Amino acid sequence: MTIAIIEPKPTPFVAGVTAIAGAFAGLLVGTAQGSSLIGLVAGAVIAAAMAYVFLDYFRQERTARWATVIVFTIAAFLLGGPAGAIVGVLFGLFFGWFIFWLGEGRHRAKLPPYTTGLQVFYHYGFRVICGLVFFFLITPIIVVMPLSFNAENFFTFTPEMLALDPEGYSLKHYRDFFTNDDWQQALWNSVSIAPLATLLAVSFGTLAAIGLSSEHVPFRRPIMAILISPMIVPLIISAAGMYFFYSRLGLQGTYWGVVLAHAALGIPFVIITVTATLVGFDRSLTRAAANLGANPVTTFRRVQMPLILPGVISGGLFAFITSFDEVVVVLFVGSAGQKTLPWQMFTGLREQISPTILAVATILVTISILLLTTVELLRRRSERLRGMTPG
Amino acid sequence: MSKLKSSGQQTADAPTPEDAFHEAAALEDHPSAPRGSKADGPVLSADGTPLKRSLNRALRMQKLRALMLIAPLLIFVLVTFIAPIADMLFRSVENQIVSNTLPRTTQALAGWEAEGADSAPPEAAYEALYVDLFLAAEAKEHTRLGTRLNYEETGLSSLFRSSGRDMDDIGEDRIDALEDANEAWEEEGFWYTLMTGGEGAAGNTALLDEQRDRLEALTGDSYAADIGFVPGQAISELLPRTARAYAAFALYTVVEDEDIVAEEEPWERVKIALTQDLRDPATVQALADYDGPGAEELRAAADLSGGFEEIDFKQTFLEIDEDWGNVDNWQTIKMYSPPFTSGYFLNAVDMEKTPDGPALRDEDERIYGLLFNRTLFMSLVITGCCIMLGYPVAWLLANLPMRTANILMILVLLPFWTSLLVRTSAWKVMLQQQGVINDTLVWLGLVDDASRLIMINNQFGTIVAMTHILLPFMILPMYSVMQTIPPSYVRAARSLGATNWTSFWRVYFPQSVPGIGAGSILVFILSIGYYITPEIVGGTTGTFISNRIAYHISSSLNWGLAAALGSILLAVVLILYWAYDKIVGIDNVKLG
Repeated sequence: MTIAIIEPKPTPFVAGVTAIAGAFAGLLVGTAQGSSLIGLVAGAVIAAAMAYVFLDYFRQERTARWATVIVFTIAAFLLGGPAGAIVGVLFGLFFGWFIFWLGEGRHRAKLPPYTTGLQVFYHYGFRVICGLVFFFLITPIIVVMPLSFNAENFFTFTPEMLALDPEGYSLKHYRDFFTNDDWQQALWNSVSIAPLATLLAVSFGTLAAIGLSSEHVPFRRPIMAILISPMIVPLIISAAGMYFFYSRLGLQGTYWGVVLAHAALGIPFVIITVTATLVGFDRSLTRAAANLGANPVTTFRRVQMPLILPGVISGGLFAFITSFDEVVVVLFVGSAGQKTLPWQMFTGLREQISPTILAVATILVTISILLLTTVELLRRRSERLRGMTPG
Repeated sequence: MSKLKSSGQQTADAPTPEDAFHEAAALEDHPSAPRGSKADGPVLSADGTPLKRSLNRALRMQKLRALMLIAPLLIFVLVTFIAPIADMLFRSVENQIVSNTLPRTTQALAGWEAEGADSAPPEAAYEALYVDLFLAAEAKEHTRLGTRLNYEETGLSSLFRSSGRDMDDIGEDRIDALEDANEAWEEEGFWYTLMTGGEGAAGNTALLDEQRDRLEALTGDSYAADIGFVPGQAISELLPRTARAYAAFALYTVVEDEDIVAEEEPWERVKIALTQDLRDPATVQALADYDGPGAEELRAAADLSGGFEEIDFKQTFLEIDEDWGNVDNWQTIKMYSPPFTSGYFLNAVDMEKTPDGPALRDEDERIYGLLFNRTLFMSLVITGCCIMLGYPVAWLLANLPMRTANILMILVLLPFWTSLLVRTSAWKVMLQQQGVINDTLVWLGLVDDASRLIMINNQFGTIVAMTHILLPFMILPMYSVMQTIPPSYVRAARSLGATNWTSFWRVYFPQSVPGIGAGSILVFILSIGYYITPEIVGGTTGTFISNRIAYHISSSLNWGLAAALGSILLAVVLILYWAYDKIVGIDNVKLG
């Protein structure tokens, strides 16, 4: 229970802080327009003035915010065209909110009342840093998406795209992906290798995980170390070893060679997720089933499996994505006939042939969002089944 | 029963056979325990066996069942994963190619010690080299050996290739003289009857098998097929070299060329061997009593051979290529003749074999030390960057309300789930000279259009891209550790008068160290073996040791060196893996 004290802050303080933010924004705009200094000063002055006007004469938050956004957008459109207008909207939204957030004292709402001004500053400074890290994490993935609709064969934004001109956008890279034989063959290879590798990894892995989780397993640690090792050993070493060994067996360059290799790589993920689910599994349930006359197979099928199924499925998804996303091993163990999607992307990136890669990347990001959602839902379901509150 | 219960092992869970086992053991220790009417004797189970034994059996059954469940996967992983790794380790020391291709030469060189530049190997070594190299050249294996030895001594590849071509021409005049004297020596059928010793003659299968093993070692193919030829016992005692050479010829003709022995004219080498054999006075003497097929022709040829000059093999080889007089080349062959070598490992640490033992290479030839150092250095930098960026985020996620934290968690998990190649290509798009970051900087006027920043194809590019790719692996372990740190500790510290910094540094930070340790080792292990990202954004200065390994496997084909480099990398990773197991425990790895 925190006691929230929300009291309006004095206008000069708000104006000062807003001026600093305004100076920074002004610096950016000014540099883009050719004069940093004027931008800096003008930004600070405009922001401070806005703070005074909104807090002392026109304290109607909703109207003021809309007015700010509209004025900023128009001004920015005049300065920088459509792309500038987007920046204008963002700046307008920010300042319209920022002035009232500070002015009404809402920034202290969630902090203990005894925090000093410096501590408040640290608190938000820290959050800004975290925000920048999140920005770093997510931007590269977001940037790829609009670029994949590029009408030109460039890996960057064209002036037409920045001007939001429909001419600058097209679906041609997607068309290329769906019509080009190389890409279609690669897609088909990926789709035919990954499920089989997943099936192998999941069926062997689940059995072994059940065995490993029973109480009396001799040599559990060394066995676990061996089973997890495909995840730890660098891929290039696995790839080299498999290349040498599979060529001796005549598996190198065959479909089955790649499937076996990918199954081996996916196994640790299945083991880890399924053993994690089994930790919360109540063994008295199997005993109860046996007591009621069920044989081990029925017990497994009707009692144990439904309970550990979420873990098995998410382990399977991990194994699937491992195989679907794997390049290094398939590069060595496979031959041209097993060229998978990542392999095709890899060659494309090395030789820089076409931005079709970006279209593929966007499709893959969409798939990974779907997978992520599935795994997250499964995790919650699993925790609910085990009587924990899902986090 | 309460007394029994207390002597057994207490478990919070439901009773297991093991609990019962302990109880039974306790019962036997106290035979006088109140247990019904029968006071003495072991406690029996329902079917009459002693309870202890039947429980023991139940426990054993349980262990066995667990192992049976694990066995399929364990075998699968051992075959598909551990065996390849073991094979790679084996390859890094294996060196049978020299002794397989040049068996007689290495034997002849065994007693030879090079002392100074002019201590050439004995004449016998040159003759053995002719025997070995002729067969190798027929089987086209001499270039492979040349390539292998070229890793150690430059120039040997071309020496072997050019010499292999000239093997057929050695002793031409002798063969011509032999064939001029009697045309039978050009006839396939005559040779075949001569070497089999005619119909019904006793065969010398031992000699054939010896040559079979020799060819199998040389080519790596199977020579087990029936070739329709067995050298005669009498003739192979009379003309041992010829019989050996002809047997090798017969095997090769049938298995590799898929021809019939009796219909092919033998190699030049067989004829040379014949003249060599016939120069031996003992053979000539024995020949007088020989009455097998072709005895007449042999006696005539023996008379002729007596007049031949000795072939000076050393001189012949020097005429083919004067590098055969170079002691260094011979020394390399001798040095690499044992079936196992430390040569690849020495190469991998920038050393080389010399007659005086391993020595460091010249300054300008050392590249692997540099690469290993760079790999370690860049992995450390990447780990450091991940700690710096990951720590605040993990703290924030662990301290925000669950609902908000879950939403922000998606921002961490999305990159984690996104294809590695998507992220790498995204960084290529971002960092290029005509890329998004440079464009933005130019648009903002921070960077002049003419002097765009070079952020890709160097170490910077690799570090930025890999930090981004590995950051989730740092955040997730840190987050799970920080979640368990009770916030009241920091509050207590604050209320006792600690400043912000002190309460963080003395109270919170020490508790979060396990998370940092787990994340760091994980990121370090992953980054040290990275291949794809450095390959695409690393250029020449930002590549890792893995890129070199890949280069040796697919481009230079020096597999032994690739395996040695891989083994060293594997050793580093396994040490870290062991440390990770000690600190975190492999069972505690969590995903997502």
